[in-house]
Amino acid sequence: MTTETVTENVISQSAAAMTPPAPATSKRLVYRHSLPIRLMHWINVISLSLMFFSGLQIFNAHPSLSWGNYNNPDKPLLALDAREDASGNLIGITRIGKHEFNTTGVLGVSKGPDGTPTARGFPSWLTVPGPGWLSMGRQWHFFFAWIFVLNGLCYIGYSLTKKHVQRDLWPTKADWRGIGQSIADHVRFKHPHGEEALRYNILQRLAYLIVIFVFGIGIVLMGLAMSPRMDAVLSPMVELVGGRQAARTIHFIIAWAFVAFVLIHVFEVLISGVFNQLRGMITGYYKVDVEPVSVVKNEPVAVIKETTHD
Amino acid sequence: MTDRRTFLRMAIMGTAGLLVAGCDKISQSSWGPKVLGKAQGLNRRVQALLSPSSAMAKEYTEADISPTFHPNGTTMPDTDEYQALMANNFRDYKLKVTGLVTTPGEFSIDDLKKLDNRTQITRHDCVEGWSAIGKWQGTQLSALLDHVGVDPKARFVVFHCLDNMDVDTPYYESVDIEEARHPQTLLAFNLNDKPLPVSNGAPLRLRVGRQLGYKQAKYIGSIELVDSFAKIGSGNGGYWEDQGYEWYAGI
Repeated sequence: MTTETVTENVISQSAAAMTPPAPATSKRLVYRHSLPIRLMHWINVISLSLMFFSGLQIFNAHPSLSWGNYNNPDKPLLALDAREDASGNLIGITRIGKHEFNTTGVLGVSKGPDGTPTARGFPSWLTVPGPGWLSMGRQWHFFFAWIFVLNGLCYIGYSLTKKHVQRDLWPTKADWRGIGQSIADHVRFKHPHGEEALRYNILQRLAYLIVIFVFGIGIVLMGLAMSPRMDAVLSPMVELVGGRQAARTIHFIIAWAFVAFVLIHVFEVLISGVFNQLRGMITGYYKVDVEPVSVVKNEPVAVIKETTHD
Repeated sequence: MTDRRTFLRMAIMGTAGLLVAGCDKISQSSWGPKVLGKAQGLNRRVQALLSPSSAMAKEYTEADISPTFHPNGTTMPDTDEYQALMANNFRDYKLKVTGLVTTPGEFSIDDLKKLDNRTQITRHDCVEGWSAIGKWQGTQLSALLDHVGVDPKARFVVFHCLDNMDVDTPYYESVDIEEARHPQTLLAFNLNDKPLPVSNGAPLRLRVGRQLGYKQAKYIGSIELVDSFAKIGSGNGGYWEDQGYEWYAGI
């Protein structure tokens, strides 16, 4: 997030000419996201989406999660099962620990290509490819896994050398002190539109750091932990997290944690000015409100006030 | 409210559906799988760098053995040849070794037991996602290869199995010489201190310590050393490989 200002007062010319000292705030376009960051962001959107959908395809081959090194069919942590009810209809059962839920239509049993209820973990509209096709799901998954990993390494390398992580993501002491206020602002959907919007707030900083360094690295390591060839060298890590099936479970949980992050991320984009945010991540330019120029010029007090504020 | 919810649901399902449909077109195209498949070669090469060919699969203790060892794929071969062998408790069984070897031969289970044996408690990871742990005892494939003498032209060891997957389509698998010579690559005849059960591949199955389940060929009838597997089956090196699974099953 470089805040290199390529100023351009977007105050409408006619408005400026006809109604002098307008109370309306003027706006400033700021070059906020550099080209590499924007590219890597959108590459990540594509690779993460396809890995998620193809991951659910792979999961469907064994729609059950266990802890430990082998799976225990009697005690799954989560299972998407199908069974027949008394009248012979297929019903989808989602088991979480000891609890069972009827999830017919979505989980366990959903409509197949010909419209008849079919036993499958996740429905075809959430898997790549749509029909049950494990080998092709793996092809998609590993292809985009490479893109995800290489893109992620480029991102981390770029962000560290350009001090993006240190400057924009790592929370300052002041950020930590403001965490209560930041939470209060978030739950009231209050977002700054002025210069403050250019700075990531503490919750954003924590969210991005956790997503990049915990989820991102974690999901790759847990993916590698499922590879029998890699386990010849990674087995201490596999045992540390609780075994290969535990690694598979963690991989699954992080995948859904990514989904939760994306939902919140997209929600925040929608409520904080979707057009401005999208332009920021596509063209790099982000618009912020600035105090009317005349006010700043004529009243030195305001300037002093601002400097002390900083 | 209901309308909005329905709309939202339709929108989400519609978007996901379009994306999935687009991906399905690519999956069914002639170029899609070729492009996606490039990652598989990368997996094999990079994994060989990160996890050297000499690296050993983790070996577990007796306490770690799973209560069941789920039999997958064929659990009862229905060919006449196999049924006849099974009727006599495999006493007439002979493993044939053919192809690019100095001295082709036939080996009974007792003959194999006289070669270097190994016992290992290793984890079996199915491509579907589940795992099981079993104690395997078997002849090291390297010992058998040394016994018959391998022609320097040989690059792969092919395992021809006694079970048919479809009509006249026997199961088969292959590994390269390096994997074949790994100390944990066994022709296993015992599982958990008992002769291998029929459902798990009696009388002889392959154990490769660092590859997925479909590599672990069951009901091995013969071993063939070849310089290429292009002319075997559909030419991809194994039954599941011919169905689109990757030959390298290390991930």
